[in-house]
Amino acid sequence: QIHFVLLISRQGKVRLTKWYSPYTQKERTKVIRELSGMILTRGPKLCNFVEWRGYKVVYKRYASLYFCMCIDQEDNELEVLEIIHHFVEILDRYFGSVCELDLIFNFHKAYYILDELVIAGELQESSKKTVARLIAAQDSLVEAAKEEASSLSNIIAQATK
Amino acid sequence: MGSQGGFGQSKEFLDLIKSIGEARSKAEEDRIVINEIEILKKRIIEPDIPKRKMKEYIMRLVYVEMLGHDASFGYIHAVKMTHDDNLHSKRTGYLAVTLFLNEDHDLIILIVNTIQKDLKSDNYLVVCAALNAVCKLINEETIPAVLPQVVDLLGHSKEAVRKKAVMALHRFHQKSPSSVNHLVTNFRKRLCDNDPGVMGSTLCPLYDLISEDVNSYKDLVVSFVSILKQVAERRLPKSYDYHQMPAPFIQIKLLKILALLGSGDKKASEQMYTIVGDIMRKSDSSSNIGNAILYECICCVSSIHPNPKLLESAAEAVAKFLKNDSHNLKYLGIDALGRLIKISAEIAEQHQLAVIDCLEDPDDTLKRKTFELLYKMTKPSNVEVIVDRMIDYMMSINDNHYKTEIASRCVELAEQFAPSNQWFIQTMNKVFEHAGDLVNLKVAHNLMRLIAEGFGEEDETADSQLRSSAVESYLRIMGEPKLPSAFLQVICWVLGEYGTADGKYSASYITGKISDIAEAHSTDDMVKGYAVSALMKVYSFEIAAGRKVDMLPECQSFIEELLASNSTDLQQRAYELQSVVGLDARAVESIIPMDASCEDIEVDRELSFLNGYVQESLNKGAQPYIPENERSGASSISNFRIEHHVPSGHSLRFEAYELPKASVPSRPPVPPVSATELVPVPEPTYHTEFHEAVAPKLSVSGTGSSEIKLRLDGVQKKWGKQTYSSSSPSTSDSDIHKTQNGATKRDVPSSLSSKARDVSYDSRKQQEDVDPEKQKLAASLFGGASKPEKRPPASHKASRPNSHAADKSNAEKSGPSDGGAVKASPQPPPDLLDLGEPTSISNATSVDPFKQLEGLLDSNEGTTAPGSSSSTKAPDLMSLYGDTSLSGQNIGTANLLSTSSSDANLISDVSHAPDRNGHGTGSAVTLSTPLSKGPNTKDALEKDALVRQMGVNPTSQNPNLFKDLLG
Repeated sequence: QIHFVLLISRQGKVRLTKWYSPYTQKERTKVIRELSGMILTRGPKLCNFVEWRGYKVVYKRYASLYFCMCIDQEDNELEVLEIIHHFVEILDRYFGSVCELDLIFNFHKAYYILDELVIAGELQESSKKTVARLIAAQDSLVEAAKEEASSLSNIIAQATK
Repeated sequence: MGSQGGFGQSKEFLDLIKSIGEARSKAEEDRIVINEIEILKKRIIEPDIPKRKMKEYIMRLVYVEMLGHDASFGYIHAVKMTHDDNLHSKRTGYLAVTLFLNEDHDLIILIVNTIQKDLKSDNYLVVCAALNAVCKLINEETIPAVLPQVVDLLGHSKEAVRKKAVMALHRFHQKSPSSVNHLVTNFRKRLCDNDPGVMGSTLCPLYDLISEDVNSYKDLVVSFVSILKQVAERRLPKSYDYHQMPAPFIQIKLLKILALLGSGDKKASEQMYTIVGDIMRKSDSSSNIGNAILYECICCVSSIHPNPKLLESAAEAVAKFLKNDSHNLKYLGIDALGRLIKISAEIAEQHQLAVIDCLEDPDDTLKRKTFELLYKMTKPSNVEVIVDRMIDYMMSINDNHYKTEIASRCVELAEQFAPSNQWFIQTMNKVFEHAGDLVNLKVAHNLMRLIAEGFGEEDETADSQLRSSAVESYLRIMGEPKLPSAFLQVICWVLGEYGTADGKYSASYITGKISDIAEAHSTDDMVKGYAVSALMKVYSFEIAAGRKVDMLPECQSFIEELLASNSTDLQQRAYELQSVVGLDARAVESIIPMDASCEDIEVDRELSFLNGYVQESLNKGAQPYIPENERSGASSISNFRIEHHVPSGHSLRFEAYELPKASVPSRPPVPPVSATELVPVPEPTYHTEFHEAVAPKLSVSGTGSSEIKLRLDGVQKKWGKQTYSSSSPSTSDSDIHKTQNGATKRDVPSSLSSKARDVSYDSRKQQEDVDPEKQKLAASLFGGASKPEKRPPASHKASRPNSHAADKSNAEKSGPSDGGAVKASPQPPPDLLDLGEPTSISNATSVDPFKQLEGLLDSNEGTTAPGSSSSTKAPDLMSLYGDTSLSGQNIGTANLLSTSSSDANLISDVSHAPDRNGHGTGSAVTLSTPLSKGPNTKDALEKDALVRQMGVNPTSQNPNLFKDLLG
């Protein structure tokens, strides 16, 4: 089971956090500080796993961005590494060669995608196509709703003038 | 698509994100965020905020919270937003609340209603959003509110909804298993869902259910096997393939379930052998995901009823992992080896050199995993080597969590396999010295017990040697600064008990040392308590031996200080010491006999020795004793008795419990700590028929707090007067201290000796030295493994006759250079060629397609670069980013080198760089990247345009932000 997902830049800046197990804001800050201290300093050829407080954190670096997932002791690390990669591939497909900047300015989209991929700490969908389809459905509906809303609010605005 | 902000971020928000990006320090970032919080606090309560604006505020709250600040003032607005009818707002609201709230938050009650409504929505996207929130927010109390609806959704026409409903039920099961117990059949039904996604998600709850109760699901073995078979035969839609593997995530989950079902069940396991074997054969060991499956197969094989053929292929797979250059695979190899040796221990032997390599690897993760393996394969023959290694490592790390773990493992192994007591004590000393505050206090007591009991039945001289050496080692160690409290307690106890036993050290020397400890740790009451008791013992032994006691001035002042201590326990100990010192030799000897810590204390519960006295009193007209259960306030007393089972027997020292009256002026109330030690004291009184009623005494003597204490006082007063009318102060004092002595004895040894010690005391000592050389280390670690099977246990050092692997004995005997050669030659070269390290190979291939595409890239670059450079604007995020990374101020920027190298690639980075750091990316990515090249040019242009809009210049310094993550 995944306890949390962190995206941290090489400079230690937080790009995305998702907590599947309860952590207080204080604990979150501490976790991030501790883990970025551990992970960002690790050399390139070492394991993509670190043991941490009885859990394991699987991380992978993409360009200057570190994707980290915290899992239980008995989980399959290599599988989680591939879940990360799966996530990145989906992001890549969605944004079209995703880069860190995409995630900085569209963190909410990254959240929506993550919500379609991992739910309650478990991988819910392993088909890229299905995830993409769902996200697209939501986006188009949102677009439609947006137009509708803006036209509605225009009407109201004009009516109340 | 994508890049233009989905909720139309305002300039203000973009500026916020930018300024956070520009922040050069955490402090600056915090300042910006705090400022933002102030702005939001004001804005968000303004009336009539347009929805669009509100959504943005909520996202800004999310952003603030993501950066680690508290945005709780806005939670309620996010909750309100979930009530909105507009899907977009609703979705934003749900996203925000799932990020903000934990399941125990008070606001959740306000969302439940909305969730209920949304679960009924016609729009499946609304239902999906609500289900996402259900998974995160619904807690044990609110489960019943949504459960029926979620169950209904299991039959929804959209697979996405069914899938999320299954996951929601899974979450419910985790939170409150009883709430969904009756729904198990639904999971079974969903296992046959037409949609592989739903089927896959059903495996999560089933896994949990099966791990709780295997037997109820044995009938599903057939289904799981057949699903796994279909998956492996690529019967699922192509879209579930991942890097050319058919639905690997589902395969892994299924293998996990099979491992549970087959564990210890021969019949079930037999059904699995074929399919697991097939998968192992098919799995592609050149990709990460292939190895993930392979690893899961090994786990499965080692869990189910053993099958020689499968074990063999598992062992082969482990060998491949261990020989691989990738640390990840080595790590998995070590882990898998740890699983396999449970079934057949000899597998480890072929890999000893690989294991040693991992142990000495600079990668901490790998090292720890290897220690875990060593821990699993420890036995009497290799315990010394392994524990020494562990302790060395323990000393070298700062991570307290792991330190505690490895320290308790050392203790566990040492207790279980210690070849000699001497070694055990030394090992314990080391563990205590470096991690004493982290290990369980019981360990300290075990150590004291071992020193006191010695070899048990074996000869006395060895025991006293052991004690002398313990005393000596402690005298040596105690000078060290910052010793943990638990260790100091052991030291004090041992010095008190055995410091002067062999006559090597004088009492004044030992007492001086003890008071040094007390002085150096004047804030630690536990240590001081142990110290003063130790002093008392040393003095008592002196008196008993007929020597005169000259108390050192420092001891004197130490005791005086304790006489006035705030801690009543310390006070009492000090008073007791004072009184004991004033007694004659005979009395002292019976109070504190030499080396009696291991002797059981027998308690005469009936106090039969008092019968005569009682009878006499009754004859004189005293009130008979009223049994406690017939008195008021009896309940507390009977509770009290239950706690203390004192073996009944004959009475030796039990006149000791008669306490004197006021020979000690003001007896302090006894605190709970000492009360537990002293409990046996008052207890017997209630069994004797006594002339005074006890109940009134109890209430009178109230110093206030605990009942134990109260009774104690009452007893003291009562018994003091009447027991020995003729008692001189000195004898009654001795009585007190006998009590104390009895108590101390009970304190340590009786509780300890009650547990059977299972250390194997075989003094078989392993002869082999721990040589820095790997080969020897290997021999000492693994040598034991072959011992039972391959050579007589005694001939240890003797060259091993013919044994298993030729290269092993070779390695052991040959010198360093030979050994190295032996080890090196079989490994690296062939591996590189045939065992495909995924990384190196994929690196090689990953370069090529890019190179081939360079033409395309160039044109792309031609279009981007000029455009962007023409639009350079003044305050730009990117250059600042670049600055920071160049000047190296940031947190965790370790290597300037890589920064500058990527700077050098600046242009190619913006478009798709050939040498994007490709570590670890699977080969399929490289395949997919060229395919997506087409739209990429367009994407890059779009992004560039967007970025320019935002005042960001991509040609400036931080190329990393633009770097494709999948490079």
